[in-house]
Amino acid sequence: MLSIHNLHASIEGKKILNGINLEVKAGEVHAIMGPNGSGKSTLASILAGREEFEVTEGSVDFTGKDLLELSPEDRAREGVFLAFQYPVEIPGVSTINFLKTAINQIREYKGEKPLDAGTFLKTMKEKMKLVEIDQSLLNRSLNEGFSGGEKKRNEIFQMAMLEPRLAILDETDSGLDIDALRIVANGVNKLKNPDNAIILVTHYQRLLDYIVPDHVHVLYKGRIVKSGGKELALELEEKGYDWIKTEQAEIA
Amino acid sequence: MSKNDNSILEEITSSEYKYGFETIIETDNAPKGLSEDTIRFISNKKNEPEWMLEWRLKAYRQWLTMKNPLWANVSYPQIDFQDIIYYSAPKQKKKVNSLDEIDPELRKTFEKLGISLDEQKRLSGVAVDAVIDSVSVVTTFKTKLAELGIIFCSMSEAVHEHPELVRKYMGSVVPVNDNYFAALNSAVFSDGSFCYIPKGVRCPMELSTYFRINTAGTGQFERTLIVADEGSYVSYLEGCTAPMRDENQLHAAVVEIVAHDHAEVKYSTVQNWYPGDKEGKGGIYNFVTKRGICSGAYSKISWTQVETGSAITWKYPSVILKGDHSVGEFYSVAVTNNRQQADTGTKMIHIGKHTRSRIVSKGISAGKSQNSYRGLVQVFKRAEQARNFSQCDSLLMGDQCGAHTFPYIEVNNPSAQIEHEATTSKIGEDQLFYCNQRGIDTESAVALIVNGYAKEVLNQLPMEFAVEAQKLLAVSLEGSVG
Repeated sequence: MLSIHNLHASIEGKKILNGINLEVKAGEVHAIMGPNGSGKSTLASILAGREEFEVTEGSVDFTGKDLLELSPEDRAREGVFLAFQYPVEIPGVSTINFLKTAINQIREYKGEKPLDAGTFLKTMKEKMKLVEIDQSLLNRSLNEGFSGGEKKRNEIFQMAMLEPRLAILDETDSGLDIDALRIVANGVNKLKNPDNAIILVTHYQRLLDYIVPDHVHVLYKGRIVKSGGKELALELEEKGYDWIKTEQAEIA
Repeated sequence: MSKNDNSILEEITSSEYKYGFETIIETDNAPKGLSEDTIRFISNKKNEPEWMLEWRLKAYRQWLTMKNPLWANVSYPQIDFQDIIYYSAPKQKKKVNSLDEIDPELRKTFEKLGISLDEQKRLSGVAVDAVIDSVSVVTTFKTKLAELGIIFCSMSEAVHEHPELVRKYMGSVVPVNDNYFAALNSAVFSDGSFCYIPKGVRCPMELSTYFRINTAGTGQFERTLIVADEGSYVSYLEGCTAPMRDENQLHAAVVEIVAHDHAEVKYSTVQNWYPGDKEGKGGIYNFVTKRGICSGAYSKISWTQVETGSAITWKYPSVILKGDHSVGEFYSVAVTNNRQQADTGTKMIHIGKHTRSRIVSKGISAGKSQNSYRGLVQVFKRAEQARNFSQCDSLLMGDQCGAHTFPYIEVNNPSAQIEHEATTSKIGEDQLFYCNQRGIDTESAVALIVNGYAKEVLNQLPMEFAVEAQKLLAVSLEGSVG
């Protein structure tokens, strides 16, 4: 589904990604871990199309399309979803109104008719249960005055509504207490199916207790330096990132 | 905002004005220029009684002694008042008695503007007074309203049919010598709407006036007078457009509202005069005086305005809160783009006891425009327990526009409570990217964000108008994201 080949990127002349290679197939869950500043969030932002990063080399293929050639909105319409680490507030615009606009623009892109109000409402009610989110929250201005947990739950709710092919969760676990984490993780698990894929960007292993990854990758200094199964996350948790750093220093 | 962001904003806010067509109709014009003869010409054309002519001449003589006000935060070349046509009327073969007799060209014009003059076709039941250049061409639903004793007609007609009301109220809220443009209007006003709601009557439909400047070189000087007698209610809508022209055209209107005991008047404006082109060429100078008086106890006047058009806007819809427990409200969204300049706000004059006022102003500046809020909250000595709440927000798009706030507060009674809140924000790159990432293109994202920002004001508009206003906001800002 997603094939990243030798991806290099920089911001204001500073190199952040130094040749990322990654294959993600439908039905898979990939976890990308790594210490602060290793380039995890940059990778997520580049896939979503944030323009302040400059891709200097490499390619990204998404379901046969050159992802880097697409505008951010077209990437979203093709099925790339990013759950933001810091969701943005939009005063005066309810989550419901926001999602209606999003869904109808995606449908228009696909040549489909706008969703009628009844169907929209029905889908919304179903998805609300998945992430245990209350409708009163969805009527409020998007993310305005939301708690950290509410913001993250709202991200997953949006993911549920938009049904992306590839969901990238950027540190969705950060700032969540254990209960909120469980709710968010349960939501993600329920959304998992053989046709979609999930990339989890995280510092900690604890999210992976709830969402079990098929593959774990360690990102360090803009490169994937280690890949393995779910046990790699446990190993990291035990040994810390210093282990990787030392190993890398030795190789160098 | 980043460079890239600016370029997107620019794209979005540089769309074209959609009402810029001109209707080719035969018109009956006054010669260019202003003198007592011009005023006599207008008065004569309208077959006015002597008192009306005298009133006009008095205003004109006052005007001659006055100076163009320069305190507003706008700049424009001096207006040559001798280079304006003060009266232009579409030539009608004869007096129109029914809607079927309207010139088909005129009818087409209004249809193009999305205003149907056919009563049967009006689903929402809005009575319309349609004004082209200097005269009212038709007023719909007159008979139905008359059954309730409601008078809704053109100002010219009111002068003839209801002279006692016109003489009593015209100039009672905005005196002839109130200001330069009000004096000019009083001298040369050509038409407008008149509305009287009798005691205890709740007007069953929205009343609306649609103003259209059509002829080149003309100024539009209309006058609207609304009188709501004891315990009555009316909601009034005003809309306006003009063809695209390279020259600047002057629009100097006066609106007066009188609300007696327990009466309520809601006045909504969607102002979309031609704003000029991207470089600031052409466009309407919109110098308007709007004022209402809550003369009775427990009366209420509420102004809602969505200002997107005009090269220059200079207007301060105000409320004089004379009656005890009376309420004044001002809800405003003012959008400026390209080279537009707006200096707008309100005055809330608290005279009666327990009077309350609320001001919600949302400015949106894009392009190279300048947008100022100017407001006065004045509490008189005898205005015990007066309350005011003001909220003035500015939203900036791009880095070449300006937003300014000039709040004036004058309190002479210690029991008054005045609150003023102000914010300035920018449409963030983060907000746009967040929307993009959900599949929403930047243009729609701007519309979404701006409408969210202006929601509190848009919610005050009657449903049908609110939808129009939302679209208008989006269109006015097309090409402005950055």
